[in-house]
Amino acid sequence: MMKGAQILVECLKRQGVEIVFGIPGGANLPTFDALYQSTIKVVLTVHEQGAAHMADGYARATGRVGVCVATSGPGATNLVTGIATAFMDSVPMVALTGQVRTSVIGNDAFQEADTIGITRPVTKHSYLVKDVRDLARVVCEAFHIASTGRPGPVLIDLPVDTTIAETEFVYPEQVSIRGYRLQAAPTIQMDAIRTAAEAINTSERPLIYAGAGVLHAGAAAELAELAHKAHIPVTTSLLGLGGFPEKDPLSLGMLGMHGFEYTNYAVAQCDLLIGIGARFDDRVTGKPDEFARRAKKIHIDVDPSSINKTVVVDYPVVGDVKQVLRELNGLVKPLDTRAWLKTLQEMREQYPLTYREKQKLLPQYIIQQISEVTKGNAVIATGVGQHQMWAAQFYQFNTPRSLITSGGLGTMGFGLPATIGAQFGRPGEVVWDIDGDGSFQMTAQELATAAQHKLPIKVAIMNNQHHGMVRQWQDLFYQGRHAQSRLNPVDFVKLAEANHCVGIRVEQKADVRGAIERAMSITDRPTVIEFMVEEVEDLWPMIAPGKAHDQMLGTYESLKEAGGVPQHRHIEPDEEAKLSLG
Amino acid sequence: MSEKYTLSCLVENHFGVLARMSGLISARGFNIDSLTVSTTEDPTISRMTIVVDADAIKLEQVKHQLNRLIDVIDVQELKEGRFIDRELLLARVNANEKAQATLEQLVKQFGGKIADATDHALVIEAAGDTKTLDRLVEQLRPYTITTLVRTGRIALEK
Repeated sequence: MMKGAQILVECLKRQGVEIVFGIPGGANLPTFDALYQSTIKVVLTVHEQGAAHMADGYARATGRVGVCVATSGPGATNLVTGIATAFMDSVPMVALTGQVRTSVIGNDAFQEADTIGITRPVTKHSYLVKDVRDLARVVCEAFHIASTGRPGPVLIDLPVDTTIAETEFVYPEQVSIRGYRLQAAPTIQMDAIRTAAEAINTSERPLIYAGAGVLHAGAAAELAELAHKAHIPVTTSLLGLGGFPEKDPLSLGMLGMHGFEYTNYAVAQCDLLIGIGARFDDRVTGKPDEFARRAKKIHIDVDPSSINKTVVVDYPVVGDVKQVLRELNGLVKPLDTRAWLKTLQEMREQYPLTYREKQKLLPQYIIQQISEVTKGNAVIATGVGQHQMWAAQFYQFNTPRSLITSGGLGTMGFGLPATIGAQFGRPGEVVWDIDGDGSFQMTAQELATAAQHKLPIKVAIMNNQHHGMVRQWQDLFYQGRHAQSRLNPVDFVKLAEANHCVGIRVEQKADVRGAIERAMSITDRPTVIEFMVEEVEDLWPMIAPGKAHDQMLGTYESLKEAGGVPQHRHIEPDEEAKLSLG
Repeated sequence: MSEKYTLSCLVENHFGVLARMSGLISARGFNIDSLTVSTTEDPTISRMTIVVDADAIKLEQVKHQLNRLIDVIDVQELKEGRFIDRELLLARVNANEKAQATLEQLVKQFGGKIADATDHALVIEAAGDTKTLDRLVEQLRPYTITTLVRTGRIALEK
């Protein structure tokens, strides 16, 4: 006979869980007691939101299921933002919440909340385990559901009496869920794949638009094969960055609201758009009717509900992206796209990414320097806002799972805890948090967690003393009325030091490189660099909401007059010595 | 344009499934016209028949998203004219003795019956497809319906 909590921990171990993030409390004491006596590493966070984002960052960095643990009531509600963040970006996660004992559920007991009810719209699935005999099956199902098909968070609500009750431990070797079989392993639709291949083979200006589905499916190699075999250029969504190396000549970088000017022109001009594991998010499409309006559209996705959701496509293919691409690669022919690629190259030269030099430090320059110093080989997490988009624009992402960012929900405060989770998942690697002062402060308390574990994470705060993106939109659309977008100055160096981290402040351009290199040399604790950046710097280019891709604001032409300098971003990382942007 | 659609869903017979289904539909701003749930020939499976007010494109999405729920085994849209539907109606109608006789005739035409009678009121019971019952209700209106209850649609493909 085993107690519920022991069964839970044994199942976690058999699922390959090595680490969990969370906070103990009244309703999950048995669970923490069992974890304490196990080989699973338990990371105590400062706040449950941090635990959820750490599990998320860990999952995005490794491809494994991230696990977070919280108590009932406030512990569970504090997880909600993190669960919703993972849900919107299809991140595999299992959240374990304590619950009051079954006999008092519904009685407004101390620290009671209807966790299943609260999290229903932001989980892939959830379980309330009222009988300990169901526990082993539920845990196995939860990991299966979280990690297969379109991944997502699964919540298990555990009344305290379920974790104390004893039963015979029987580990289910197989999971069988009749309503889920097809989602976990969709049937290959050869007819649809053949039709899509025919559309590719007869196209003249094809363009691949790849999303995070490529990373989830581990299909970066298959994507590269398709692009190279048929000579098709590749643009990615924000979450797709890293799925195709940006140093590849066929890479067009990111498209969408803050994508590259030439990339968005490419979208407007292509005659075939091949969406792969991407969901045509509104930040990508702008005005849906105008999106790639000259193009026929293929959409390959594991989730049938993603197809025709915002943009109606001509050739839908439902299936596992990796399997579909393998079949497709066997059917596509080498295309002569030389004229198309030449047009794109001309646009790339004609409409480069740009910014104007200013007296004060600029985030774009700092991110370029981080990209150079790390040779594009670091794992980069971000908060949400201007700095996030600049990171996407100015850091060169070459490997899968190198960018960890909240794309769908846009959760400020995601950066630091996600960085911590990623560093736990990839201990030997360099992990940076590129953050804004507004975003960072939302979860800054987790510096204590990073310091406790002597994690060598590096945090670069672009301190403009504003919610910069909000400020920019207020200037663009609200006649410059800066309603609550200015932030109180905070001494981030002292904040770092108070949390046993190294704190560095940089105010001069000449000191940027040295500070980044110093952070790289510190390996026994976290480093926080506070960059005092220009307070009023706008993020360009931009497709205003509801506009088409060839109607951008902040184009190169418009900024050139005011001193915009072309920024050569697409470089081989090992050629960085040749480049002098300073 | 908004229209009425009938979805027939096979779902796991668990607690919480109804909340997932109705939550998903209402979160997309669709009004549920009627919803019936009962177990099927397999006691571990329930059938939900849902009539929703929706537009065609959004309905496709809702069908896919319902299918995405782990507890949902199958979702079928029942197309107009290709299914048999029934619901049960109970109506309390004010009627004196004279009116009662006329009402009895009327109800008989609709294949219904008088389930209960007092001096001043009748309780009418009728089963049929939605359109037939709609017509019956129209004909009852002149008599002052004090209470009207309908079960909502159950349906089977032809």
